[in-house]
Parts: sequence; structure tokens; C-alpha cells
Amino acid sequence: MEIYVFDGALEGLLTAIFDSYERKAMQVNVVSSDRYLPDVFQESHLVISSDNKANRVWKGLRKKLDTDWMKKFYNSFLSEQPDLFQDLFDFARYIFDNPAGAETNFGNNCVLSVSQMERKVHREKHRMEAFIRFQQTADGIFYAHIEPDYNVLPLISDHFRKRYADQKWIIFDLKRKYGLFFDLEKVEEITFDFTAEMSSNLNTLPAQVLDPKEELYSLLWKDYFRSTNIPARKNMKLHIQHVPKRYWKYLSEKQM
Amino acid sequence: MFDRIREKLEILADAAKYDVSCSSSGSNRKNLNKGLGDAEGMGICHTYTEDGRCVSLLKILLTNHCIYDCAFCVSRRSNDIKRAAFTVDEVVELTMNFYRRNYIEGLFLSSGIFKDGDYTMERLLRIVKKLRVEEKFNGYIHLKTIPGASPELLKEAGLYADRMSINLEMPTELGLKLLAPEKSHEDVKRPLDLIHKSIIQLKDEKALIKSTPKFVPAGQSTQMVIGATPESDKEIMHTADKFYKDYSLKRVYYSGYIPISHDNRLPVIGSQPPLIRENRLYQTDWLMRFYGFDVKEILNDANPNLDVDIDPKLSWALRNLDQFPVDINTAEYQMILRVPGIGVGSAKKIVQARQFGNLRMDQLKKIGISFNRAKHFIRYADSPIKLNDFEAGHIKGIILSESKSKYLKTPVNQLSLF
Repeated sequence: MEIYVFDGALEGLLTAIFDSYERKAMQVNVVSSDRYLPDVFQESHLVISSDNKANRVWKGLRKKLDTDWMKKFYNSFLSEQPDLFQDLFDFARYIFDNPAGAETNFGNNCVLSVSQMERKVHREKHRMEAFIRFQQTADGIFYAHIEPDYNVLPLISDHFRKRYADQKWIIFDLKRKYGLFFDLEKVEEITFDFTAEMSSNLNTLPAQVLDPKEELYSLLWKDYFRSTNIPARKNMKLHIQHVPKRYWKYLSEKQM
Repeated sequence: MFDRIREKLEILADAAKYDVSCSSSGSNRKNLNKGLGDAEGMGICHTYTEDGRCVSLLKILLTNHCIYDCAFCVSRRSNDIKRAAFTVDEVVELTMNFYRRNYIEGLFLSSGIFKDGDYTMERLLRIVKKLRVEEKFNGYIHLKTIPGASPELLKEAGLYADRMSINLEMPTELGLKLLAPEKSHEDVKRPLDLIHKSIIQLKDEKALIKSTPKFVPAGQSTQMVIGATPESDKEIMHTADKFYKDYSLKRVYYSGYIPISHDNRLPVIGSQPPLIRENRLYQTDWLMRFYGFDVKEILNDANPNLDVDIDPKLSWALRNLDQFPVDINTAEYQMILRVPGIGVGSAKKIVQARQFGNLRMDQLKKIGISFNRAKHFIRYADSPIKLNDFEAGHIKGIILSESKSKYLKTPVNQLSLF
């Protein structure tokens, strides 16, 4: 058993897969450098991320997996879960070492883990598409911030670009300190640190930077949310199952 | 001005909430005009009410003034309530501004009937036309078909709406006549048939001419009120089945009646809506649409009503124990789907995974089937040797004692008399 320490990026993980073949390793434990604790009894190999090696592994995978599965691989990676790095590593090796079609073996642990994690990331992506609430600022930009469990900004970019083609918008991930900005032409990644003055418990911008009509629409939305409820059918358990409490802070209708 | 809009929204959202359709999926309207919105593929529930229903669309009535007097409807003529009506511009502005903030997927527009069908339908049409043509809105629009409106108006509306629907109200003609003497199922069938035929016609033309306009791309739906009149589950689901077949409906919705009026023909105010029954009907609907069941297998003269304590799939399996156990490693997909505790997703995974070797218990559990339920009905690579065949009542008892029903607070295990 050998430990491979990589930088935590996708390119690094793919390079690790390349290295394991080059070094004819049998059993490998992958760990990202920020979680690695050196151990005198275990050999470790430092993976140096390489564009070239990563591309070759990616192309190799593409020969055996369809687009759908390549997406699954990428989406699971965005979960940022340490255990999943190992599953992705084992999954890639399993795909390379077996005849085409091995990805449908749901009886295999790493196939199942990768596909199950992909479902979780997908669900989080879908929730962000649902729970983001824009506020219109005085200079006409629609702004929202979020703190998703997984790094889903790269996955929701297209959805919002297609949908809001005629308005400028910003979606900012407070947890990962970067965001997306659409300027009516293209979506760009932006980073600025304003988390100091922004409270994540409040999904609102200060009143002075908002469009004067913003308050009206947010109020109408809250009214609508209230009047569409049927008290005779009240079922809070179901409600919370659909809208877990950790998301309430994004939802304007939940801020009374 | 501000307060008046708030009041209108309150009244007209409140009156529209008994329409249960919330779907915003299945259309194919792409944002190709650099406008606002995109309605292709999956629908999105943007929030849920405290009763657990999805909020996907801005669901409102244009007005709650109505010339009809249907006993089950809040907006009925004889009901003493506040009335209001939106202007065309108000609905358009609300929709655009809610959509811009990502509150909704689009608009669900219904209306009480003022003056007559055509007068009302014309106003609905003006709203959708303005949204699509002037505002370049590509979000989802569900439009309620107004009974009695002329075919020309309905057909034109179909060019702008993603989905259209018209409510059956009561599952049988008899029930409807009792509570809404002015209405009939015939009035519902006519527009359903018209739109259905137009969808087919435009589909045929599309094969020849590429530029054929979209026409109700997300199809039609309908809803029935359950528990206001004494129909059996068999009558309800057979009606649903017939409407699915005759008009290729995308959905039939079942709405447990919530008492809203003092009328001796109806359940008294304060009685609980039949939520379990409603849930069982939806499960049956699912079995018909996604699990390959024929409605007659589930509901027939011998079994006119669904069980309350167990779901219809389990109930069917217990009545047909001769078809079990199913061997997970050899049975056809269609039969695996019929096992209680196995859903569409797991059934597909099982069929794919078993090509790599016979599946064992631990693998089936990981794949995500509900094993405690399914184990009574399946054989797998390492299944234990079975000593005796259990009878249906016994299996049911075990499953009920192992599962926590969301409806039964304290499980009642009834003893057999003999």
C-alpha cells in the first residue's frame, strides 16, 4: 500500500491515476495535501500535477465512458468529499482494467459510490437552481449569494445563463469565496472578498444599494407564499423534508 | 396602489390554491430570442408550502367573480367573499418580476367566469400573448381552459401556452350533477378533444414543415376532487384511465376535498381532507404510468377500494403470491418492477448489474431497494433456504410491524379471528 499525495484538484487526481500505472502500483491510497499527515511507516509519493498526464487519462476515460458518465465523474469530484477521491481513483482504475461497459456494474463498490455521490451533487445543483433568490440592485444587476454543500457553481452556470439572457446577474458562493457574473454576453468567474460586511444569515443586501421596487416584489412574494398555503393540510414534516432548514436563510419567503 | 395589488394577490392566489397541478416540466421552449426564461426539460419547485405542496408557478385567478354556483368551489356565485380582478398588465408585471428574481418557473393562470366563456378566455389570451410577444417571455405557462369558450380562442391560446388543463371536478357525471348542476363531463371532453386533435395535427405537420409553431408542447392535464361525493376508488381510477387513453393526458391530479362550505350535500367544515386516500390514488396512478400495471389488476369488482394501511403495489403482490418469489438474477425487468420495495431506478440498476455476476443481499441493499419489504418476494444469490410458504396475512403483519407508517401514529396489529 502506497500513499499518493495530490493537490486536491481534478488535474492532480487524474495525474495520480497516470502515475499509478507508470509506477506499476497495485494498491494506492490517494489523499489531498491539505489532509495528509506524514507517517514514517508508510511510503508516500508526491503527485506533481501535469496537464499532459491529466489529459491523457481524461482522453483514455472518454474512450471507455460516454458523455453522461464523464459528467458523472466530474460532478462527483465537485462534491469535494475526501473519501470520494479514493472512490474516483478506484473507479478510473476499474474502468481501465476491465472491458467496456464496466460502469454498469452497480454491484461494484466504487461504481456505486461514484454514481450515488453524483446523485447528491446533482440534487444540490438542482436545489440551487430552485432556491436562489435574486435581488435587483439600484444599478440593475440581479444579485444572490449561496453557501452550497458542494461546489456546484460550475454546474449551474449554464442554467442561469440560458434563463436570464436579458438581465445582468451575480451568483456568489460565500463559502468558497468566488462567484459568477453574467454581463449580458458571457459568464465570468469573479472573486472579491466582501464577506466581512455580508452576513450569510441574511439573504439581503443593504437597502441603500437596492432598486426601490425590490422591497415591493419581495413583499408580494412573501404574501403569495402565505396565501397559497392550505392550513387544513398543514404538514410541517413534509415541508421540512422538501425545504431542509439549512436552506431557509437563502429563501426570502422564510424571512419574516 | 401598492396596497391594492397586495390585496388582489392575496384574494386571487388564495382562490387558486385548490388547483393542485404544479408541474412545470415537459415543455421545450428554449430561450432563443435573448428574452427572459427558458422552459425546456425538468421543472423546478422553487419552494414548498407548509402543507408540503410544491410551488413552481405563480398560480392565480384572473378574477374570482363567477357566474357559476358549484357547491365545492370557493368562488361560487352564492358565496359571500371579497371579489377582485387583475388587469392584463398587472398579471404580466407580476409574472415577469417574480421570474426575474427566480421565485417561479412561470405562470398558472385560471379564472372565474365573468359574463361568459369567450369574454373570460379572451382576457386570458391577451395576457399570454402579451407575455410571449411583447415581453419575450419563454417561461412556462399553464393556462386553464374556460368551459364554453369558442374553438378559435382555444386554438389560439394553445399557440402560446405550454400546458392546458380543464378540470373534471368530480370523478363521475353523477357526482358532478349533484354538486354543479350547470356543468357536465361533456363540457370537459369537448375542449380536451379539440386540443388533443390539434396537438396531433401539428405534430404531423411538423414532420413535413419545420417551421410549424409550438402547440401546447407540455400537453394537457385534468384534476378530480376526491371525497366530496361517494365514488369508489375503482370508479375514480377507471375514469382517470379512460381519460389518459382517450386524450393522451400528461397528468391526472387527485385533490382531496377540503370542506369550504356549509352545504348538506358535502362533508362538514372542519372534517379532515382524505389525505391517505389521495396518496393511495397517486400511487395507483404511478403504477399505471410507470410500472406497467393495468388499472384492472389493482382495482376491480372484487377490490373496489384501495387499502388504507398498505400501498397498492404491496396490496397487489399479497393478492398474487403465486407470482412470487421473483428471482432477481433471472426475472424480466417488468417483473422486477412489480416487487414491493423496488422502484424504477433500482430495477434498472439490478438488470444492468446482474450481467456481472449474481447479486447478493448486501449488493441489493446498497443499490437502494427497500430490502425489508422486498425480501418476502424475491430470491437472490445468497437467499436463505425457505422452510415454509408464508401466507399473505402473515407477510403483511411482518411488513407493517417493521415499517413506520407516516399515517399510523400507533401501529395497530389486528389479531386474526381464526
